[in-house]
Amino acid sequence: MASIEQNQTKWDLRFLPSGDTALTVEQGEGVDRGLSVAVVDLASRIERAALAGVVEMVPTFRSLLVHYDPLVTSAAALTEQIGALLDQGPAVQTDSRQWCIPACYEGDLAPDLEEVAARTGHTPAQVIELHAASAYHVYMLGFLPGFPYMGDLPDSLHLPRLGTPRVRVPAGSVAIAMGLTAVYTFESPGGWHLIGRTPIPFFNLRREPPALLRPGDTVKFAPISRETYDRIAMDVTNSTFEIDSVLAA
Amino acid sequence: MNGTLGVMAPGIHTTVQDLGRVGYQALGVPSAGALDPVSLRLVNALVGNEPATAALEFLYQGPTLEVHAPSIRVAAAGSDIEILGEPPRRIPPWQSIRLTQGTRFRLLAPQRSACGYLAIQGGLALPSVLGSQSTYTRSRIGGFEGRALGAKDALPLVQPAAETRAEVRLSAPPDMAQPERIRVVLGPQDAYFTEAAIATFLADSFIVSKEADRMGLRLEGSVLTHARGYNIASDGIATGAIQVPGSGHPIIMLADHQTTGGYPKIATVISADLPAVGRLRPGDTIRFRAISTSEAEAARRVLEADIKRRSRNLVPAIEVGMLNETALYARNLVSGIVNATDWSSEDSP
Repeated sequence: MASIEQNQTKWDLRFLPSGDTALTVEQGEGVDRGLSVAVVDLASRIERAALAGVVEMVPTFRSLLVHYDPLVTSAAALTEQIGALLDQGPAVQTDSRQWCIPACYEGDLAPDLEEVAARTGHTPAQVIELHAASAYHVYMLGFLPGFPYMGDLPDSLHLPRLGTPRVRVPAGSVAIAMGLTAVYTFESPGGWHLIGRTPIPFFNLRREPPALLRPGDTVKFAPISRETYDRIAMDVTNSTFEIDSVLAA
Repeated sequence: MNGTLGVMAPGIHTTVQDLGRVGYQALGVPSAGALDPVSLRLVNALVGNEPATAALEFLYQGPTLEVHAPSIRVAAAGSDIEILGEPPRRIPPWQSIRLTQGTRFRLLAPQRSACGYLAIQGGLALPSVLGSQSTYTRSRIGGFEGRALGAKDALPLVQPAAETRAEVRLSAPPDMAQPERIRVVLGPQDAYFTEAAIATFLADSFIVSKEADRMGLRLEGSVLTHARGYNIASDGIATGAIQVPGSGHPIIMLADHQTTGGYPKIATVISADLPAVGRLRPGDTIRFRAISTSEAEAARRVLEADIKRRSRNLVPAIEVGMLNETALYARNLVSGIVNATDWSSEDSP
């Protein structure tokens, strides 16, 4: 059954000790979409198996951190139980979603656009076009609540991080660095290049779950004018913005 | 409308903390929670609260508070409560006390810890945010408006008043002295370090630097050399993880740590020793000892049994009127000696 073969994750797990309340299940070392899909697959298998003592899990680029209660289970027991989940059929279908995120790449909302263009040998319009043309895979959330690490950026937009990080990056900033793109969900320090801003709240405590995205989701950016940005920002402020409107059909 | 606890002076970084926020790290939300969960659980026991009830945590210097309710019952960990008045009265830690309307009191500087706690019977009437009242100030989540307390804040109380009953103290307060060595489990990225770096890490003393907050403690001392570079594709961080950035100076990740990070982690402090690490202050010395994961899990069971035993062994409190500073001092000295044996019998090198 070729189709099942294609869906089957090739498991290569290393169980790394992370103290007595967490176990790192490493599946590789780099940033790679196939690896990320395998990490999300493993997380759903563990979730479905409802293993006793698993408190929560954090999927990342290349590993899954399984937080556990050492009064209920042990790293040894979990290692055995997780190993046994791998043989159970093809990849678990995860309910990943596709998003179309409006972003304004203009003026003061895009403070690094000119420099990114200059350093990558493009015009600003080409940078916008390239950034908005790709569908990005959400690898993981981290750094800030709801902050998505997404990729992969077109090769010609790859740049190292800023030499000196900014002390203050505004919330909503659309940023790029290395092969990745992200949205700063809160104002914070940051070392990525800011090429636009989205008015969409990526983390909202009144939503359940509060983070807009989850690992495995796909995101595209849709360039909008400053006027549209301001209008959506107003709707968000007045709580009249429908978050489902950015779900791709 | 129940009463409040009024903040006259906030102390240093006084926040509402419980045992932390569980289940949202996958979204990038740190767990936060008490730096010293042992102290939190014990002060809660003294006022009859569930162990995970949120209390006030303060760093280095406690707040000055005023009772704006008919009465409240509180207990402090780490420092004395000084009831302001003529003359002022001091209530030692690990003892409950009922305070009436208008009483103004302050928490003195914790003596042997970076952090102190004040538990309030019934707890605080604050919203539970993502399942917890713990404050994560960086993203303004939880606690009192998501921030450290300020002067003139009024903390709403759950319980309208505190019934009169005999006050209690712990018959066996925990020893707040630092253990000789903090136990760690090597990994997850010990393979990123040279053998010499691992040996240095386990042999040398390190000093807690001034860069110490609820997020982590940066240590000074020997430089730990990476064997395979110091950038890794980000992975998850457990509380107690010791990450080593390019400088080679280790950082112990505490309650407010980010959920993921891109530096190799040489080892992880075991959960039974994390409360002691949470109590460390800048200038304190720390040494490490490596044990296995199963030994760490066993140590945690020992700690749990110890907390339960101490929580149950409540005896009548010392009558406040009977106290003077000399008697207090003598009592602290005596209990310190008793506790030292208490702890060492259980799990010391």
